[in-house]
Formats: sequence, C-alpha cells, structure tokens
Amino acid sequence: MSIAWYILRRLGVGLLLLVIASFFVFCLLYISPGSPEQVLLGGRPSTPEIIGTIRAKYNLDDPFLVQYGQWLLDAFRLDFGESIVTDQPVTTVLTDRAGPTLALALAGLVLTIVIAVPAGMYAAAKRNTSGDRMVSMLTLLGSSAPTFAVGVLLLYVFGVSLEWFPVFGNGTGFTGQLHHLVLPAIALAVTQIAYVTRQTRAAALRVYEQDYVTFARSRGLGRSLIWRRYALLNSSLPIVTATGLLLAYTLGGAVLVEVTFSREGVGSLMLQAVQSKDIPVVQGLVAFAAITVTLVNLGVDLVNLAIDPRLRKEVTG
Amino acid sequence: MTDPTTTAPAPGDQLSGAPLLAVHDLAITRWPGGPPLVTGLDLELRRGETIALVGESGAGKSLSARAAIKLVPAGLHVTGEVRFQGEDLNRMDEEAVRAVRGGGVAMLLQDPFTILNPLIRTRTHLIETLRSSGRRLSGAEAADEVTRRLAEVGITDASVGDRYPFELSGGMRQRVALACALAKDPALLIADEPTTALDATTQRDVLRLLRSVQQARGMGVLMITHDLRVAFSISDRVYVMYAGGVVERARPEDFLAAPAHPYTVGLIRAEPPTGYRREQLDGIPGQVPAPETVSHQCAFADRCSWATPECTTARPPLLAVTDVHASACRRREEIAGELLADLHAAWEPATVPDPPAGETVLRVAGLRKSYQRDRSTWAVDGIDFTLGSGRNLGIVGESGSGKTTLARCLLGLEEPTEGSIELLGTDVSRYRSLDREQLRRVRGQLQCVFQDPYSSLNRSHSVGFILREALSRRSPEAGPAPSVEELLDRVGLAARYAGRKPVALSGGQRQRVAIARALAIAPKVLLCDEPVAALDVSVQGQVLQVLREVSESGTQLLFITHDLAVVRQMTDDLVVLERGKIVESGRTEAVLDQPSHPYTARLVGAVPTGDAEWLS
Ligand SMILES: Nc1ncnc2c1ncn2[C@@H]1O[C@H](COP(=O)(O)OP(=O)(O)O)[C@@H](O)[C@H]1O
Ligand code: SF4
Ligand SMILES: [Mg+2]
Repeated sequence: MSIAWYILRRLGVGLLLLVIASFFVFCLLYISPGSPEQVLLGGRPSTPEIIGTIRAKYNLDDPFLVQYGQWLLDAFRLDFGESIVTDQPVTTVLTDRAGPTLALALAGLVLTIVIAVPAGMYAAAKRNTSGDRMVSMLTLLGSSAPTFAVGVLLLYVFGVSLEWFPVFGNGTGFTGQLHHLVLPAIALAVTQIAYVTRQTRAAALRVYEQDYVTFARSRGLGRSLIWRRYALLNSSLPIVTATGLLLAYTLGGAVLVEVTFSREGVGSLMLQAVQSKDIPVVQGLVAFAAITVTLVNLGVDLVNLAIDPRLRKEVTG
Repeated sequence: MTDPTTTAPAPGDQLSGAPLLAVHDLAITRWPGGPPLVTGLDLELRRGETIALVGESGAGKSLSARAAIKLVPAGLHVTGEVRFQGEDLNRMDEEAVRAVRGGGVAMLLQDPFTILNPLIRTRTHLIETLRSSGRRLSGAEAADEVTRRLAEVGITDASVGDRYPFELSGGMRQRVALACALAKDPALLIADEPTTALDATTQRDVLRLLRSVQQARGMGVLMITHDLRVAFSISDRVYVMYAGGVVERARPEDFLAAPAHPYTVGLIRAEPPTGYRREQLDGIPGQVPAPETVSHQCAFADRCSWATPECTTARPPLLAVTDVHASACRRREEIAGELLADLHAAWEPATVPDPPAGETVLRVAGLRKSYQRDRSTWAVDGIDFTLGSGRNLGIVGESGSGKTTLARCLLGLEEPTEGSIELLGTDVSRYRSLDREQLRRVRGQLQCVFQDPYSSLNRSHSVGFILREALSRRSPEAGPAPSVEELLDRVGLAARYAGRKPVALSGGQRQRVAIARALAIAPKVLLCDEPVAALDVSVQGQVLQVLREVSESGTQLLFITHDLAVVRQMTDDLVVLERGKIVESGRTEAVLDQPSHPYTARLVGAVPTGDAEWLS
C-alpha cells in the first residue's frame, strides 16, 4: 500500500465520520426549543405566507430522513442556508469570519511552538535545577489561569494602561491586523504553551534516559546534535500530537479570546449565533469545526508518518 | 573453564608501558556521602589488553564502566581518579571529556534494540559520528567510509547503510553499533554485556569480531559480562566484582589453577557445566547484599562457608597472592587447598540416569501454527513428540525457532492451526471445545513456569495467599493437599516468606514461589519456558535443583530453553527446533555429544567453553 492510498483511505474514513456527525448537526434544528419553523422564522413576523415559504424552502413537509438527505446534499455543496438574523448565506458569513480566526489560531500556534518546545527541552536538560523548577512553576501558573482572565489582564495592562496595543477589533491593513493580533494571540497561547511545555519536558526526559542517547554521548557527538537529532526528533511524536490536539480545539479558546478582545471571528460568531438562536449558522459552524478536527488529525498523522519510519512501514506494509 | 588444563592468551605482563586506563579508589554513591554503589575500585588496563569485569547483576559493573567514560547516570556522585592516558576524566569539564569520547574511549551497550536512534538510518549514525570530531567529509567520501566501516564489522550487504534500526536483526544492530563505536578509532573500547541479548551463535560471531578488531588495532577492551566463560575466553585478566567492589583479580587460568576467593569458586561451581551432567546443582546460598550494608565487613561473609567472626570486623583489602593475582579474602592463604578441592569436586561428572519411559503423558502430532491469515509463514511447522512419564524432555532452539509458540499452544493460549495435542488421553488442541470438567482436569495436569515470574504473580497478594489460592484449585484425585509451609519448604523457602508480597522478593525467590504455586496442584507435567534465563548464576543453580527434585517426585518436566548447559542438567530427552521444525531429537546426552544435524552442531559449538580457542 502506498502513502497516497493511505491518505485517500484516511480521507474516506474522515468523510464517513463527518457524515455521521452531520446527522447530529442536522438534528440541532429539531432539538432546539420551539418548532423548526419557529426556529427558522427568527424575529420575522409570523404570517402564514412566510411560514409557508419557510416550510417549502426547508422541505419541512417531507419526512424527517428526506429532509436530512436534502440538507446533507446542500451541505456537501457548502450550502447551509441563510442566517435567520442577517439573511446572508451561512457560507458567506463563515468565510468572512474564518480569516481572522485562522490568523489567530496560527499566531497562537506559532507562539506555542516557538516558546513551549524550547522551554520544555530546556527544563528537561536542566532537570531538577532552579531553571527547571522555574519552568514548571510558570507552566503550572499558565495552565491554571483561565484564558479570559489572562485576556482581561493583558487588555488592561498593555492595552488600557500602557496603550501599547489596541484594545478591540481586528484592525486593517497587514501591520494593523498584526498589531491587533498580538494580545489575543498571547491570551490564546498561554494555556497552550503551558500544556505543550509540559508534554515536551516529559517526552524529552523519557527520551533522554534511552540507551541511544547514552550511546550518542559516548561517541562524542556535539551537544546540539544530540538535542536536535536525538532528544527533539524522538520527542516530536508526542509533541506533534499534543499540538494537533490544541489546534483541533482552538475554536473553544477562540470564543473566549474573540469576545474579550471584541474581535470579529468564528469564535465570536459562535457566541452570537447561539445567543440569537441562529440555527443555520450554528449548524455551519459545527460542521466547520468537525471538518477542522478531521483535517488536523489527518495532518498530525501525516507529520508523524514523515518523522517515524516504523509508522511508514506499518502503513506501506 | 571446565577444563583445568586451559591455557590463556597473552598475560598482562607481556604488555608494558603506562596504562591506557588507570582507575584509582573509584567510589560511586547515590549522593555525596550517601549509600555506596561502587566502593574503592582500582583497575588498570594497558594498551592492547582486554580485561573483563564479571559479577552478578547489581555488582556495580555497569556503573564502573560508565565512570570510565564519564557517563554515570545523572544524580549519582563519583569520587576518585579515572585516568585515561594519564588525564583524570573526573577533573575534566564536559567539553574536554566530549573530545575524549568516541576517539579515546568508546562504549558499546547491552541491548541492540535500544542502542540505535530508531528514527535515523545506519549511514546517518556512522556519518554523524565520523563528522563529530570535526572531520570534513564530502558526500562521496562519506559513502565510501560507510561501506568501509560496515565491512570492518562484517557487513557487506550495501543496503544496510540505508536501513533503519527496526529493519535489522539484533545481531546486525549490534554490529552496526560496534561500527559506530569504532568509527573514531578509539584506543579503548568499553563493552557492557554486548552479547547478553543475542543468541548463542550470534554471540560467538560478535565476540569473534570484537576480538579480531581488537587484535588488528591493538585496542584496549574493557569487557563487562556476567558470563564467566565469556570473560575467560576473551580476556587477558579478569576482575570479579561483588556488591560494589572487586573481590578477586587474576588471569583466567589462575582462577582455575589457584582459586583464591570463595565467591569466585562459588560462581564457577554454580555455572551448569556444558559437557557433562552434575549430581547436585547448588549455586550459592543466600543473595547479594546491598553494598551499603556491607561496607565495613567482607561483603561475601553472609554466604561464605569459610567465614569467621573476624571477617565481619573490617573490609578485607585486595591483596596480592602472586604478582598477577590478588584476592580480597582475608583467609585466602589458609583455605587455598580447600578452595581447590571444592572446585575440583564440581568437575566430577555424575552417571547419567536413563530412566525407563512409562505411560505416555503428552503426545504432540503434526502440530502447526501460523499467525498470518494467509499462512505465509509458520511459527511452528509440523512438530511431533511424546513425553513419557519418568523422562524429562528438553526443547532447544534459538530465538524465533518456535519454542514459545509451542508452549503457548500447549497451554491453550494459542490455538494450533493444524495438528493435535493429547494430554493423558484428552485432546487439548482446541481448548475452547473442552467442557468445564475437562478444563479443570487439564489445568490440574499441566502447569507452567515462565521466564519472568513477576508478571505472572499477583502483586497485591501475599505469597501465602497466592499458594492457598492455588491449593484450592487442587483436585481431590491429586491426593492429600500439602500445607503452604510444606510447599515453601519444597522450593527451599522458609515459612516466613508466606507473609511477604512478590515485590519484597528477589528474582530467584519469585521464581521459586511460581514453582511452588504450580506444585500446589500436583501436575503431571510442568512446562518450564526459560525458567532461569533471567536469574543470576548463583541463583540459577538453586532453582534448577528445585526443579530436578520436582521431576523426581512424579511430575514430568517439559523444559524449554536456549541454554544447552542447562538442558543437559535437566532432561533425559531432547528435541532441537529450527524455524518451527524439529531437526534432531534423541537422548539429551547423545544429541549434545554427537550432534548429527549441522544446526545442532552449530548450537553446540556456540556454547562458551571458557578457553581462548573458542573465539579463534
Ligand atoms: N541511575 C541510578 N540511580 C541509582 N542507583 C543506580 C543507578 N544505576 C544503577 N544503580 C544501582 O547501582 C548498583 C550497581 O548497578 P550496575 O552497575 O548497573 O550493576 P551491574 O552492571 O553489575 O549489574 C545497583 O544496585 C543499581 O540498582
Ligand atoms: S574474608 Fe572471610 S567471609 Fe570473606 S570470603 Fe574470605 S573467608 Fe569468606
Ligand atoms: Mg550491567
């Protein structure tokens, strides 16, 4: 079996899972309080004509499974209907809002990797010294600090008091957007850094006890080579997996951060949609999250495959 | 070693000049001033010389070896001098030591499965080592070097360079590791049990290779091993360690001609002889103490039959017997004659019993087992044998020959693909088709003892509980049940052990508990899968003796092992397995003395003999 076939199969499985998930997403319409047409009606006047139009448009007169099938077919064409608040197509709303959140997630990820991996490796190298204890203390602090509290603190200190960074919005132009991204990205990254640092430290400690590291040292290999090619490379599987996990669930963190910093993004959209019971948008968002999780998981597996020849062997047989 | 007329290779006095490695008063403690792990070690190794550090596990061999390349595990505290070519490594900083490592001193470790970085290829291992001394290598030069270095360790298959460790066999990995260790042309190679994890034939190949490289380069070798015969075959001088210190130092032939320490004599006696069967397998009573409990007395006093009260008043220093032989026994002169007699007593071959075979207890016919769905390979490929009451049967073969698969089929842990297994008239080849009553009867007739007793003993219960539980499963037909105390007594453990939990036992004691548990049921057949492979020599003998006594009282042994010396001591008949097939079978003695199949001959030839010829 080749790698391409493996990817294809994984995509197939992912798609299958997405279809299963889609059923629950569709059901959101039925489990939200009120009848479907009332939900879809939103704030509009409840005249028989409008209700009739809605029933026709969403096929509410068809049997349940037919409705679902129709919805699924539309969903495949990335058509989740219109927002009942703004009447814009859900897909348009989503694509408008996805950019800033993606930027936020990527900025958070970059911060996490750039800080957490070296910090974890450093702590492992200096195990049981004051440096290691310092890192451990900071990770404890970081992992126990709620994201929104960190956000508010940053906002207050660097936004309001020092006025180094803007306190709300997405900003315009590249530098403007980057400037607006700094505090939110830090707020998002704090818990992630704590988590990945701890994972990295643990993985590196495990690796550092291995015979192959002792053997590498006994051959007089340079310190940096040992850290890179032995400790880091062999710790990278758990690190990549941990990072992927964070990325897959960034949306949760993004809600808090985007609300705190009044950013327009998928996270804040989620909150608005839930608050205004904008079910089509919620459905689109959940589908979006499910796709993200699937793709990130695939990405993680591919990176691990690239790192570990034993996994490649398993895949290619 | 079992042959007292052995002549050893060049003794140390032919090699002159300043020592390559001089260790003086080395001590390793858990923390500064903490409990000692290694105490007052003195050691000298000259250029071109091979010395061996031998001793049982925990004696401090590996720690001492690591100290010689300054790679003692972090957290431990090292004092004393470790001079390599005159420079004290202990006083050097990490960068200076790094320059010595690889090119001055190199090290080879025990486990070929963990010694190489699993994520990089053979060639990367070699090239990174070659380049680490600042040497510039172009791509083409590097490729040439890789080929040349691999050829030096006997690897001519060019594709090995491109392989990852997991794609190579254990012996191959150890060769690659050796090539890496030699890549910077070290003056001293430390080899920490480099062949312990390998099959006997591979062990001999790797040791021969090591020896030829050593001779070709005039390299010094510090060989760590628990196997006295290996030490005697490969080295010019041997240091025997016990509980953190050296108790005897001599040339191989001196140990046999003029033994000077009771511990070494005990070790030599404990090794089951390869060439003949011995009347009594004794080992050394008791177990190795923790070094800190014996720092002010002779460490061996508790187990020594020559001990006097003075032996426990101070630690006897290592003193010269001759100019090439030193012993840390304070009575070495008065008891020399007795030690020699003791050693010779172990060389008395016993008459080999040839008991008549009684009724057939176990019959295996046409047994085959494949783990693949497409049956592309057979782990066990057509095995027939019978086990008659009164005669113990041994099954030998190298790793991968199908021994364990066979055992698992017999125990119902795997279902045979084809063939039948008949135990006292019951067909047990399909355990799933047995009814409750049959299953109960089968379990009462067949019991097992595995290599690792710890994993098979319930850790949360006391020994007494474990044995009582086993006794409760004993069937009434098996006769009156013994008490827990009687069971413990049969395996040579005092009654107080009933209150202990498995954690609080040594490896040998756990194995005895596992045997006692099997005996509780009074089985007809006791299946032993490498029962002493994980035990130290001094304890092996005790466990083997227990098993022998078991077999003399109505329980037949089906003894699976890779160790030909052990199988000779324990069995009447022998079956030799190669890749799932029986290549030879017959009376144990006849098969081992006149092997008729080349595979058997190769196995027999690979057993360490303890003389230098073995590696030439
Ligand atoms: N990293 C370590 N920390 C604490 N104790 C250790 C460490 N490594 C080994 N020891 C202890 O040191 C003693 C000697 O160990 P070792 O040198 O490995 O013995 P050997 O190689 O002869 O089997 C043992 O009691 C072992 O438990
Ligand atoms: S010093 Fe005493 S106890 Fe130690 S080995 Fe000699 S006789 Fe035995
Ligand atoms: Mg060791």
